[in-house]
Amino acid sequence: MKILVCISAVPDTTSKINFTANDTEFDTQGVQFVINPNDEFGLTRAIWFQEKQGAEVHIATVGTATVEPIMRKALAIGADKGFRIDAVPSDGFFVATQLSSLIQREQYDVVICGRESIDYNGAMVGGLIAQQCKYAFINTCVKLEIEGTVAKAVREIDGGNERLSSKLPLVIGAQKGLVEESDLKIPNMRGIMMARQKTIEVLPAENIEARTTDVRFERPAAKGEVTLIEPNDLDTLIDLLHKEAKVL
Amino acid sequence: MAVLVYLEAEDSKLKKSAAELASFASALANGEKVYALTVNAANATECGAFGVDEVHVLETTEQLLSAAQTAQLIAEASKEVGAKTVVIGSSADAKYFGALVAAQLEAAYIPNVVGLPETQDGTQLFKRSVFTNKGFAFTKATTDTVVVGLAKNAFGSTPNEKPIQVVTKAATLADTTVTSEGAEKASGKATIADADIVVSAGRGLKGPENWGMVEELADVLGAATACSKPVSDMGWRPHGEHVGQTGKPVATNLYIAIGISGAIQHLAGINASKVKVVINNDPEAPFFKAADYGIVGDAFEVVPKLIEKLKDFKAQNA
Ligand SMILES: Cc1cc2nc3c(=O)[nH]c(=O)nc-3n(C[C@H](O)[C@H](O)[C@H](O)COP(=O)(O)OP(=O)(O)OC[C@H]3O[C@@H](n4cnc5c(N)ncnc54)[C@H](O)[C@@H]3O)c2cc1C
Ligand SMILES: Nc1ncnc2c1ncn2[C@@H]1O[C@H](COP(=O)(O)O)[C@@H](O)[C@H]1O
Repeated sequence: MKILVCISAVPDTTSKINFTANDTEFDTQGVQFVINPNDEFGLTRAIWFQEKQGAEVHIATVGTATVEPIMRKALAIGADKGFRIDAVPSDGFFVATQLSSLIQREQYDVVICGRESIDYNGAMVGGLIAQQCKYAFINTCVKLEIEGTVAKAVREIDGGNERLSSKLPLVIGAQKGLVEESDLKIPNMRGIMMARQKTIEVLPAENIEARTTDVRFERPAAKGEVTLIEPNDLDTLIDLLHKEAKVL
Repeated sequence: MAVLVYLEAEDSKLKKSAAELASFASALANGEKVYALTVNAANATECGAFGVDEVHVLETTEQLLSAAQTAQLIAEASKEVGAKTVVIGSSADAKYFGALVAAQLEAAYIPNVVGLPETQDGTQLFKRSVFTNKGFAFTKATTDTVVVGLAKNAFGSTPNEKPIQVVTKAATLADTTVTSEGAEKASGKATIADADIVVSAGRGLKGPENWGMVEELADVLGAATACSKPVSDMGWRPHGEHVGQTGKPVATNLYIAIGISGAIQHLAGINASKVKVVINNDPEAPFFKAADYGIVGDAFEVVPKLIEKLKDFKAQNA
């Protein structure tokens, strides 16, 4: 079984988000980049398939050389090999189409994306890949078992779960739940040493036109002061929620 | 240009989000024809109250369509009516079939849109939330066709009664490689995705045995229950209740946070909610900076009292 995990490098969850160049660019100054949390769950599940079912696990990122430390971390967690498609990831369609070429060339059985990247929150790369490569697709995946050419999965739906089965090849959108938080793989010393020897193959990007352009950005409006209410004056709270906020 | 809006249905009824989606589609159409598409909705004509001109109701005996099948129905319908703009919502299902629809229509996909676009040099700029609500992008499509995903509770509903035409036909479903083996849903309980009010609690509650009052408060308000990440990580509450940047997003009218400190990852996921009430015994808790109303106090004293007061309020305002 051959698995590809698509890794997106995103600002650490604690990052403050600012924009620069007249609000036309995301300001990366002082921002620490990490593996997209959803991708981390997917990667850990992929390594489980590697350890238990002998899967070969590759990772791929569309990005400039600046993403290589993030890719090395994914290799230290246990992926066997990396591909970096050398381009600025301009939009979800651009990214998906680049990855689809690699997927069709390498013939992966399973492609693991995150449910969404926490930077541009597109929630689209996995679905676009599935459609482009004619793979099955299961999003918000919280359980995945594979036997032979059949996958059994659970996906989160609004208010519950749905059990699914699918033939391979398959793309999933991974998220928390796919593995427990406490089982997330953290690189150890040996993994870090071994990752240095692993290959990151750099591929030229194909000439593809993005389908969307972010023309400018804006920060959320500043929040007004909180209205504090005494704990023994809950009538006032209810009154405010009823008459002022109109939510009761 | 005509606009097509896809309205999700559940148990043969349009979901609550239909009013907002239809209102948005109709405002976006700006006088052009508004088509709605829905599957198995017995009350489909109700979207006529929010500006839809013509609703196509597809009928099937299949209970759970796969995302690929839904995507195909939407793509076919939008080609049939010549819609260049397709509006969908932001439910878990919409986030699933959205990309598939866009791919089939060779369209741009702009999700998490928070309002009507502005027009710049003849093209539409859609404001959408990015960085999990820590920012907004103004995004334009470079394709003719665009799939717009409207963020929940971002537009509201505007009544606009029109005589509505109904076209009913059998759905022709594509074969699917993903088959459903059934779904489990807590019945009769409000979900985080649909509820107007969410009551959420954190590590300040000390242990799972103390969630009774959270559930009771939610019951009184008809609210869904939610929790912070560590609470679900420790198994006090199910994963499905974890809200925040790495959990479920919350965009309700009222969010009540009990014993939650207000870490940046938590706030990012919930700050699209309109009104936030925080109950915390630490006046320095960062959540107070993000709240509209705050009570500095012990949850174990405040919450039971609040439940009683709200019961009285509900009885008087019933
Ligand atoms: C990569 C990453 C992603 C994350 N994603 C998320 C996410 O999506 N969602 C999320 O929630 N967190 C997330 N976190 C975790 C986040 O950083 C915080 O650790 C977490 O939100 C804290 O949860 P809490 O507020 O319940 O607990 P605590 O921070 O322990 O806060 C408990 C609060 O309860 C108050 N309290 C204590 N006793 C009482 C009492 N008797 N009455 C009233 N108040 C009381 C305390 O004053 C305190 O403010 C993430 C962290 C990381 C690293
Ligand atoms: N630049 C990228 N390189 C590789 N994978 C990506 C990239 N951007 C997004 N992805 C993958 O697609 C998923 C969904 O991203 P998005 O559609 O941007 O929300 C992510 O969780 C990643 O698995």
